[in-house]
Amino acid sequence: MVRPQPPTPRRRVPGRRVPVALFVPAGLGLLFLVLPLVGLLARAPWATLPQRLAAPGVLAALRLSLLTATVATAVCVVLGVPLAWLLSRVEFPGRRLVRALVTVPLVLPPVVGGVALLLVFGRRGLLGGWLDATFGVTLPFTTAGVVLAEAFVAMPFLVIAMEGALRGADTRYEEAAATLGAGRWTTFTHVTLPLVAPGVAAGAVLCWARALGEFGATITFAGNFPGRTQTMPLAVYLALETDLEAAIVLSLVLLTVSVAILAGLRERWTAAP
Amino acid sequence: MTTAPDAPGTAARPPLLDAHLVAARGAFHLDVALRVRAGEVVALLGPNGAGKTTALRALAGLHPLAAGHLTLGGVDLDRPDRRAWTPPERRPVGVVFQDYLLFPHLSARDNVAFGPRRRGAGRRAARALADAWLARVGLAGHAGRRPRQLSGGQAQRVALARALAVDPTLLLLDEPLAALDARTRLDTRAELHRHLDAHPGATVLVTHDPLDALTLADRLVVVEGGRVVQEGDAADVTARPRTDYVARLVGLNLHRGHADGRRVQVGGLTLTAADAVAGAAFVAFPPAAVALHPAPLDGAAGNVWPATVAGVGRHGDNLRVQLDGPLPAAADLSPAAAARLRPTPGRRVWAAVEAADVRAYPVGATRGR
Repeated sequence: MVRPQPPTPRRRVPGRRVPVALFVPAGLGLLFLVLPLVGLLARAPWATLPQRLAAPGVLAALRLSLLTATVATAVCVVLGVPLAWLLSRVEFPGRRLVRALVTVPLVLPPVVGGVALLLVFGRRGLLGGWLDATFGVTLPFTTAGVVLAEAFVAMPFLVIAMEGALRGADTRYEEAAATLGAGRWTTFTHVTLPLVAPGVAAGAVLCWARALGEFGATITFAGNFPGRTQTMPLAVYLALETDLEAAIVLSLVLLTVSVAILAGLRERWTAAP
Repeated sequence: MTTAPDAPGTAARPPLLDAHLVAARGAFHLDVALRVRAGEVVALLGPNGAGKTTALRALAGLHPLAAGHLTLGGVDLDRPDRRAWTPPERRPVGVVFQDYLLFPHLSARDNVAFGPRRRGAGRRAARALADAWLARVGLAGHAGRRPRQLSGGQAQRVALARALAVDPTLLLLDEPLAALDARTRLDTRAELHRHLDAHPGATVLVTHDPLDALTLADRLVVVEGGRVVQEGDAADVTARPRTDYVARLVGLNLHRGHADGRRVQVGGLTLTAADAVAGAAFVAFPPAAVALHPAPLDGAAGNVWPATVAGVGRHGDNLRVQLDGPLPAAADLSPAAAARLRPTPGRRVWAAVEAADVRAYPVGATRGR
């Protein structure tokens, strides 16, 4: 008996070659992004690495960076997700203006953002004086100030990613929920949010990565106090003035930890059903 | 409000659903009056873009009424004149959406339990209710599955269970069988019929498939261009179409003319009909009743007219011949008759139809009987 042969799998599908016009710039782009990393690795003082890692302040700065970036992301999720929902689901006058305002921290130089935060939350700022007098809360030059500066700069990333996810989500599921008796809040928590969970996750990762690398607003608003407000980017900047090799080591630590965490999260989310 | 000019004998019972749906969607205007009694299944039938889905969305509260009213079980849900609308989540309405819209992140059980949970049932009670409903639609073993693990027919049944689990006074179905393949549709239609039969509330079904409408509904409401063009039970609508759309659906030749007794003037011809009517009248006859001859019949007293073959196509075991001429019509020929006549496009023939096969009925009101 002759069995029909299954078609032999081909290594390359004919007519599916990558066009040179795309391949070349793509390769150049990748090279452009990767070369600086190569530079860091090439100049790293591998011999003295263990001693330098054990140097006082490195671990403290790393811990502070991870802590503040995570708290800032949490703040952004709590405030940014409802904001994104409002922008994508509710018609209100001036919505376009609000959407433009949300992206202001993206275009503002972070140092200017830090100054602006000082003008509002500083001791003599619009709200800072009142916060100090009423609650005894001072934000500038504190760890909370670091969180505030990072959240300010990173929130647009979350809102934009989340709004995109919400706009892409099929609103008819929300209508189906309404016909089953779900009010707007229940629909949001039970239907909308689970449907856009991947978008929230992507936005939160982007937000966290931006917060982790934050420098300008932090140093302006929160200062550079080791253990309290000196995050990794600030430590790198400080080290650059005196000791290039120390700066390289700090950068490598930041890079390794963040890449490991992002890769780990990505693995988890893409593996999830 | 006008009194319901419903079918005689039932006019005394007030309808469970009494609605006059007036809504706008862009340049499109919907103006449809709908009355459905308890236990009755009404099909909104019409071509694409006729406003069926807008009407359904208005009933569910997903599209606001601009005017008119919506009363369900004696309760005013929408009264635009009093600026009073009821949001969808507070209506005793269940909806089966065209592509079901089962929540992809929930199991079949939790999809069905969603409605009861929102309406106050505890988690365990809602799940027990969901399991009972899934068992009723024959999916007891699939409660734990996610929607994407279900076949089209299964998803349809979960969607039906989900809509019925809230014990709706009004059940709405939007093209409930359109997303299914032909084989599944046959089984699902029979099963759906059983569940609609058992539903004590009012049911409104939207479809563009006449077979769904005829098999599932007690009464048909034909909508075209946002208006009701015909209304009646299956027998009435299929025997006496009032628009070209309905005539095409039910496969009849339909013409409008002027009647004087059994003689009806149509397109310059005088046809003899089976029914006596006076004034503006429709005449309808099935293509199978039209005989074609190569020459005028000697001494034929029936309805005979000259025609030109415009096109030929298959229709079941027969050939369907489209005729041009004073009375455009379709005629069905058996293969044997076709072999004798050889109806090629452009050929001149004589069409004949017996008076007994020609139904005439007054143009008058859109409501049947």
